[in-house]
Amino acid sequence: MAPRIRRLGLPLLTASVLALATACGGGGEGTAAESSAKPGEKIKLTVDLFGDFGFQPLYEEYKKTHPNIEIVENVTQFNDHHSNLVKRLATNAGAGDVVAVEVGYISTFTAQPGKFVDLKQYGLDKRQSEYLDWKWQQGLSKDGQQVLGLGTDVGGLAMCYRKDLFKKAGLPDDRDKVSALWPTWEDYIEIGKKFAAANVPGAKFVDSPGEIFRAMVNQAPVGLYDEQDNIIVETNPEVKKAWDLSNRLTQEGLTAKLAAFSPPWNTGFAKGSFATIICPAWMTGFIQEQAKDSAGKWDIAAVPGGSGNSGGSHLMVPKQSKHPKEAAELIDFLTSKENQAKVFKEEGTFPSIPSLYDDPSIQNFTKPFFGDAPIGKIYSDAAKALKPQHLGPKEADVRTVIGNGLGRVEQGKQTPDEAWAQVLQDVKKIK
Amino acid sequence: MRHTLDMRVSPYAYVAPFFLLFCAFGLFPLVYTAWVSLHEWTLLSETQEFIGLGNYTTLLGDSYFWNATFNTLSIGILSTVPQLALAIWLAHLLNRRLRFQTLFRVALLLPNVTSVVAVVVIFSQLFGRDFGLINWILSWFGVGHIDWAAGTATSHVALSVMIMWRWTGYNALIFLAAMQAVPRDLYEAATLDGASSFTQLRRITIPMIRPTIIFVVIVSTIGAMQIIAEPMLFGQSSGSGGGIATGGPDRQFQTLALFVYEQGFANSTFDFGYASAASWLMFVAVVIVAGINFLITRRMKGGLV
Repeated sequence: MAPRIRRLGLPLLTASVLALATACGGGGEGTAAESSAKPGEKIKLTVDLFGDFGFQPLYEEYKKTHPNIEIVENVTQFNDHHSNLVKRLATNAGAGDVVAVEVGYISTFTAQPGKFVDLKQYGLDKRQSEYLDWKWQQGLSKDGQQVLGLGTDVGGLAMCYRKDLFKKAGLPDDRDKVSALWPTWEDYIEIGKKFAAANVPGAKFVDSPGEIFRAMVNQAPVGLYDEQDNIIVETNPEVKKAWDLSNRLTQEGLTAKLAAFSPPWNTGFAKGSFATIICPAWMTGFIQEQAKDSAGKWDIAAVPGGSGNSGGSHLMVPKQSKHPKEAAELIDFLTSKENQAKVFKEEGTFPSIPSLYDDPSIQNFTKPFFGDAPIGKIYSDAAKALKPQHLGPKEADVRTVIGNGLGRVEQGKQTPDEAWAQVLQDVKKIK
Repeated sequence: MRHTLDMRVSPYAYVAPFFLLFCAFGLFPLVYTAWVSLHEWTLLSETQEFIGLGNYTTLLGDSYFWNATFNTLSIGILSTVPQLALAIWLAHLLNRRLRFQTLFRVALLLPNVTSVVAVVVIFSQLFGRDFGLINWILSWFGVGHIDWAAGTATSHVALSVMIMWRWTGYNALIFLAAMQAVPRDLYEAATLDGASSFTQLRRITIPMIRPTIIFVVIVSTIGAMQIIAEPMLFGQSSGSGGGIATGGPDRQFQTLALFVYEQGFANSTFDFGYASAASWLMFVAVVIVAGINFLITRRMKGGLV
């Protein structure tokens, strides 16, 4: 799922409430037989999300078979969502019955197995065989004994680019040719220099280095943490390499200096301020929403530097939920094979169930918005090639610290070396 | 006998509700925060270790804390001084017989009742780097695109404008109320003597409303020292990057209150002990700065209070 969703002109905190038909009167008669609940017993389930997961049509479907269930969805902004969840777990009040947790935070929460319902209790361990193994493992408690979360989507990587801007810069715009331009990130930077040399008015090569950095680290076998949950930012050469390459984008003047998920970044989509953007599967839905007028201008090519995963989420049930059984059933439904496929076709978030990857309806799925790019095939290939990486409990904090460092270089406050020194100091402060 | 008891006790009974509420929601948190600040205390840990003044010594050596202190004072001065001058001038303009008087007064209060979120989101767009209105206007005068949120000084100016937008009218109304209590004949006499409007403001109005000025200065100072919503929302909606509460990637506009929030709530450590220590130092700073301002305003042209 898109890690952060903020839209221009909308309040930072939006709560969208799904109005659900009550199961009374004539409408209930037909479906009442299928429902196991006692007549008249109404259950309200709250689903806490940090963006549009594309669940609305699924709720509608669910209530047809479960007329006694009312579903209320609360959407909060990415950072607030996760820090609120920590507070609500600590105070034992206020968390939803079903909560989404993004992969950057999943280890933070699976480290507190006492705060979540073991979904095994409700038989959801039967789903294990369906899932990508690493995605399943991420949702387990540290000792592997409890099933705390079921995966929704994975963020296999690709690179989205603007065909029209590439053409203006005299670069090839066919997706296979573009993919061939940048087998490595060094090649990507070289193409960026060519793009910059062509002086396309109002357009830079890339939005900002932050998400590129994240992608590069995710492509490495080991990232910000080692298997023993030690932060290894200082000693892992892959992190330093990703840092140097990200800063080269800045130093070569290739970035539009638009921090990801900020309102000016959204405007940048509409105005065509950048020609490429790192494109985990969920990003495609985001582009489509932000750049409605540029249908057909975007296309999708292979990502430089090999496969990797950026983003993706799990659904969990906090122990404080009053209806853990019903919440677990809802999770089972929302993450089912059919529904993950449906959500992908609508929202672009890519399933974490590998048997779908060779399914013709996914393999042959194309999107007109991206010039009929075979996004089903692109992201299936990306997801199949993924090698899982161990994620630590303070993954998100470490990324923020490094993101700040990249920002300081981008804003011309510090040289990359100064910024790196400060990053290392800041990382040491993370307890 | 009963009557005198009643006389002696009932006044206390009447003020008791306030003091009870104050103790529950004012005094207790203050004391409890001091207690928390003496511990290694995070939201998630089960045990809290007593570490004495450890948090305070770490804090005094934390360059991010001092950076936040500097930013708070800088934004405080940049926003409060022009704001109060403007408020007095606006009140002076309105302190005469005008058509549509109520309309003007209501208009003064409108920015204050607007949600701070709306104000910051709109102003962040006005101060936008690429497509902002202000940069567009400045470009007529040959000024290049300013990245308002990126620079230290420029971000402070932008935030001060937002704060002034919200509070100038409010303070003007308080000044106006005080000005209306100034006897009219003083102005009539001054007019007969040929004093200009500005001289009347300087020689009559300001000395006569000095107690109100002192009040407004103190309250504005306290408010300015606690600014949090504007820098936090500005960080998110200006596209300057950085964490949710760092006030830009270089902490260029992180205020003290935002620093406290960052330590206590915005990272996954939830370091309540450290945040509490920072809040106490912030409390001390507010008292000191408010005290200094009190002395300065009281000395203005010989103390009236």
